[in-house]
Amino acid sequence: MFAYIVRRMFQSVIVLLVVGLVAFSMFRFVGDPIDNMLGQERTQADIDRLRTELGLDQPFVVQYAKFLRGAVQGNFGVSYRQGRPVSTIIAERAPATLELAFVSGFLAITMGIALGVFTAIRRQGIAANVIMTVSLIGVSLPTFLIGILLIYVFSVELDLLPSFGRGETVMIGNWSTGFLTASGLKALILPAITLGLYQMTLIMRLVRSEMLEVLRADYVRFARARGLSDRVINFRHALKNTLVPVITITGLQLGSIIAFAIITETVFQWPGVGLLFINAIQFVDIPVMAAYLMLISVMFVTINLIVDLLYYAIDPRLRVDARAT
Amino acid sequence: MSFKTLMVAVSATAMIAAGASAETLRWARAGDSLTLDPHAQNEGPTSTFAHQIMETLVMRDHSGALVPSLATEWAPSEENPNVWVFKLREGVTFHDGAEFDSEDVVFSLNRAMTPDSDYKELLASVKEVRAPDKYTIEIETDGPNPIMPNNLTNMFMMDKGWAEANNAVKVQDYEGGEDTFAAKNANGTGPYKLVSREPDVKTVLTANENYWGKDEFPLEVTEIIYTPIQNAATRVAALLSGEVDFIQDVPVQDLERVAGTDGLDVRTAPQNRVIFFGMNMGDADLGSDSVDGANPLADVRVRQAMSKAINRDAIKQVVMRGQSAPAGMIAPPFVNGWDEGMDASSTTDLEAAKALMAEAGYPDGFTLTLNCPNDRYINDEAICQAAVGMLAQIGITVNLDAKPKAQHFPLLSNLETDFYMLGWGVPTYDSEYIFNFLVHTKGEKYGSWNATRYNNPDLDAKIVALASETDLPARDQQIAEIWQVVQDEQLYIPIHHQVLNWGMKSGVGTIVEPEDSPKIKYFTMQ
Repeated sequence: MFAYIVRRMFQSVIVLLVVGLVAFSMFRFVGDPIDNMLGQERTQADIDRLRTELGLDQPFVVQYAKFLRGAVQGNFGVSYRQGRPVSTIIAERAPATLELAFVSGFLAITMGIALGVFTAIRRQGIAANVIMTVSLIGVSLPTFLIGILLIYVFSVELDLLPSFGRGETVMIGNWSTGFLTASGLKALILPAITLGLYQMTLIMRLVRSEMLEVLRADYVRFARARGLSDRVINFRHALKNTLVPVITITGLQLGSIIAFAIITETVFQWPGVGLLFINAIQFVDIPVMAAYLMLISVMFVTINLIVDLLYYAIDPRLRVDARAT
Repeated sequence: MSFKTLMVAVSATAMIAAGASAETLRWARAGDSLTLDPHAQNEGPTSTFAHQIMETLVMRDHSGALVPSLATEWAPSEENPNVWVFKLREGVTFHDGAEFDSEDVVFSLNRAMTPDSDYKELLASVKEVRAPDKYTIEIETDGPNPIMPNNLTNMFMMDKGWAEANNAVKVQDYEGGEDTFAAKNANGTGPYKLVSREPDVKTVLTANENYWGKDEFPLEVTEIIYTPIQNAATRVAALLSGEVDFIQDVPVQDLERVAGTDGLDVRTAPQNRVIFFGMNMGDADLGSDSVDGANPLADVRVRQAMSKAINRDAIKQVVMRGQSAPAGMIAPPFVNGWDEGMDASSTTDLEAAKALMAEAGYPDGFTLTLNCPNDRYINDEAICQAAVGMLAQIGITVNLDAKPKAQHFPLLSNLETDFYMLGWGVPTYDSEYIFNFLVHTKGEKYGSWNATRYNNPDLDAKIVALASETDLPARDQQIAEIWQVVQDEQLYIPIHHQVLNWGMKSGVGTIVEPEDSPKIKYFTMQ
């Protein structure tokens, strides 16, 4: 067991290093930050001086090594765009993204499961068919279009919800939360729906098909023969057995909700790390891009590591294999 | 307490705090100020924002004329032609109560001349800044500099004592790695004080009760809430839904929508920015063309033919939806040296263009690559696409290569493009600025934006001499002569002057400034 964990951890570190290396080799294609950093009145001498100062004249492997040296000490450098430490900026921005991801994840799971069960039980009903058809929109429309549509309907036409920003936030320690004010909660609704819609429809369709499968199983038929009520059969027996694959998928999707909040945050001017990343790309803010990509890869690697360890705990065959090698 | 009563209570408190006429202006534009350090970033949104909090010695009014701000009068010294003397306004205080005097000016200008400052080029000719007394400043340059005051319109004044007390003597530098105090805090003499700031999210300013210009300017806005909204559609939606009162950068396709909405107005004015194409005319052979062993762009007839092939009116109507003014020279109309005749000189004439091409030895044309930004100017990529079609009519097959600005502009600095789009604004309102960066041969000090590879030592000498010509009529004459060469050589192909669009609630009164730099103290609210 211990050897397995060590080996997996070792592999994770290698994955991280490779991600960083690939990222750094890509940065040169994003552009040159120098022109953004110096004003219109820069001379060639200024350009050369700043390039040397930032170490951009060095090969990317050297830049990467320098980044790693700082990163292991928790120092991700200073943002070219804001002139402030990257770690501070990310810490400021993280609560916005995490709260948004939490709310949209919660919406996606609860609504997804509820609608999934409903459409599975009332397979032939009109309502279920309407829901299934509408859910196609959630899967097929791009996020930014859904966001703009929601803004147009609920902000411009109906004047009900704010079109941008987080509303008023309250600081709890270092954590800025929008959960405690009316405007903060209102501001959450549209972005959360936009971000969670795809996951919701995904979960809904997954629950539905699993549920249909389970409802055909022998033990459900047996339960019915025993004369158990529909409620008990559907929710106690069928749903419970449906949830195993759903939980696996949801865990993985949670990572992508955080990672791909970029588009939603841009449309709603949501001040999270995704918007920070977009700004960083446009400005070629290499320290911010590097830190963000590393952070996201750490997140995915950690999730995968946990999943692997869980498999190891659950599946005895893996243990046998490990002993054999 | 319901939400509504809470809001009423909050706004009532705000009214009491700010006096009888509390007016909040909610202002949005695409980008945020990058830093509050007034000398760290010479960039539009950054200096626009700084203008609300801090002030300069001289500033520009709506027409672009220089008017007094922290300096009440200025003139070259009578004893020494290399010295400019500024008389400072008396009785001005910073937001923290400290008095503004010549010591602060000396400190601020010296700070703006340090290597980490983004404004040092504008002060490159300054030898020394002196304070003979509390309200007089002498700026000595290394030769006579007739347009020195023009360079000071974005040179903000800081309080020396405040900077020293808060470890902000040095301009924010990226290598240092520490969070500087001046990047997040500000202490100016301006009409608004900083209340709170979250970079890229929201900045709140409140009126400065002790502002020296209280009686001079309307100052009807008592609170400013500034929120950057990057996505153009969201920004327009926020204005349409009434969540903001004033937006800059209205996309041209949304102008009618905004103007047609009850209670909203669009105000339009020519911007201080001209869009044009540059060509590599200096290299012996081009890498990106189909002609071997020769550079077709080196022939002035080819350059003229290309200019004649561009239909600027069509670009205005189709690409810009009427929102541009066709240009014949690369100077905006506000600039000293601009000439009405020259600016009207671009004509479309396909027959003449074809004849010129034939005369130059390219009757069948050639192939060329056009580098174009796609996120910098209004409809930049669409303009380039239109130009591709127009140039095809005289046989020039253009491959369009449109990229984000972060990738486009390095092509110019590294001389890796043969045909490119560029836009140029002139903060000094003087042609010398254009010549220094776009006409002079590219070198260490001059010509840093000149990617044409044009090299004319005689013209270079004339450009450098402008800096110290104090006889203004003679100087204007030299400027006209240099322009004549630029026009005759068809150094650039001018396209148009951009037009600025500000969208706002109908009650907001303001005049659109060519610099795209609103100064909220001029705003009126009804």
